[in-house]
Amino acid sequence: MSDATRSEVVAAAIADCWAEDGEIFAAAMGLLPSLGARLCKLTTNPDLMISDGESLFLASPPPLGSTAAPVEGWIPFRKVFDVVAWGPRHVMMGATQLDRHGNQNISAIGPFAQPKRQLLGSRGAPGNTVSNRTSYWVPKHSTRVFVEEVDIVSGVGRTRALEAGSAASRFHDLHRVVTDLAVLDFGGPDGTLRLRSVHPGVSVDDVVAATGFALAVPDDLACTREPTATELMLIREVLDPRGLREREVPSA
Amino acid sequence: MTLRPRDKRMSIEEVVGQLEDGMTIGIGGWGSRRKPMAFVRAILRSDLRDLTIVSWGGPDVGLLARAGRIRRLVYAFVSLDSIPLEPNFQRARQAAPDSDAHIPEVVELDEGMFQTGLRAAAQRLPFLPTRAGLGSDVLVNNTWLRTVTSPYPGPGGTPEELVAMPALELDVALLHLNRADAHGNATYLGPDPYFDDLFAMAAAKTYLSVEQVVDTAGLTVDTPVQRLLLNRMMVDGVVEAPGGAHFTSCVPDYERDERFQKAYAAAAKDDEAWARFERRFLSGDEAAYQAAVKELADE
Repeated sequence: MSDATRSEVVAAAIADCWAEDGEIFAAAMGLLPSLGARLCKLTTNPDLMISDGESLFLASPPPLGSTAAPVEGWIPFRKVFDVVAWGPRHVMMGATQLDRHGNQNISAIGPFAQPKRQLLGSRGAPGNTVSNRTSYWVPKHSTRVFVEEVDIVSGVGRTRALEAGSAASRFHDLHRVVTDLAVLDFGGPDGTLRLRSVHPGVSVDDVVAATGFALAVPDDLACTREPTATELMLIREVLDPRGLREREVPSA
Repeated sequence: MTLRPRDKRMSIEEVVGQLEDGMTIGIGGWGSRRKPMAFVRAILRSDLRDLTIVSWGGPDVGLLARAGRIRRLVYAFVSLDSIPLEPNFQRARQAAPDSDAHIPEVVELDEGMFQTGLRAAAQRLPFLPTRAGLGSDVLVNNTWLRTVTSPYPGPGGTPEELVAMPALELDVALLHLNRADAHGNATYLGPDPYFDDLFAMAAAKTYLSVEQVVDTAGLTVDTPVQRLLLNRMMVDGVVEAPGGAHFTSCVPDYERDERFQKAYAAAAKDDEAWARFERRFLSGDEAAYQAAVKELADE
């Protein structure tokens, strides 16, 4: 039995999202996605391109909180948008709200005309979701995030993409949702959210109770894999020696 | 006698004197990075109203919204970067539609749409097609946005229907870079050009503030020529305004003033604190602002 913490299980589950992607840009929004992308590059997918989140492609992954690393390219925002349109990119975004169809909201809570709470705005979510493979990271799996219907559709879900026609659905590719409790994918009926695995120590009932809609649960549900000894060493000694991962996913 | 290109140096006040109520103004930079804040502060000192602001939004949007100068806001996000949510923008968006704090019209776009709109304007086209926005509420909340069907067969024979992103035509672009000559050739020395060249080409007039005005040869003496982002055809006025991007970042000249930004964000959440912030930092001219910033730093 491994002594991996929840945040370390999450980091490995996030790393798995990019494992099969080959030589593409892993656009990681947030702390655990950054850790996962860097872990992926050091283990299953050395071809992955990672950035400092600012303007540089980094040739080798620095520890979290640092960007001190050899540079292999220049990726200012204008070139990020070029890659979004061109295609070889898998983005992992956050989601203030996410519904069963994979519609995501980062714009505002409440009616658009006068939100109860204004958030960032749609940012690149509409374009990302019709152009690139997209995954989501939800640090606190709850019925506040997983809702029956999002207030504003920033990131486009499957049904919406199909309704908008072939230009919207051609490159639409929702991949996975990783949370502090579980890993989900879009293999449910009509491409809806489906539970893929629960993290060690989490029950299916926990996930169902924290989800605000009826979640597809397969019969042969697996437990999220434990990180390997190599992954744990990389997380603890190389990529996050300061333990920043605990801030986003605290150990119980 | 040597004939030289025009000297376009102006004062901040002369630039703001060129602006009019109701104009569409594009503001360069990105979030809380290399924003033409000296120009924004000068607008706050003026009585300009009913502006349409087009911006990769940061504290420029927050300050203008708080002061009630924006009639229409075009954005894809508004953020202070190290503080993700802009409190003055949030306050304006969450205000009741009949209150003075409310922004009468907001146009929230996807980032790619925003760039495409600037590109269309820069190329003097009515629109450009883009995939970005399809299926999202950007098209629901902006019912005036249209799609266009490709005249060519798509994959499988069916023509693709794309967003026809209209040109984001600007009356004026306001930009801040690191160095310029008196004629308007200018370099950015930081990590990212953002979209400042596109703003300049999308605008009828472009006014540029810089940390330092140097002679033309000085622009490339220790700087690769590829850092010349703007040429003088794009620029109508040049202002030397050291600290002109404060409190946003203007690397390598200076990083974001995180302490000041925190004070700004904290003050925005409370009417009395905001009144104190305005009195201390925004009641005088640019020199008074820079002196007040120095005084805070020395505390």
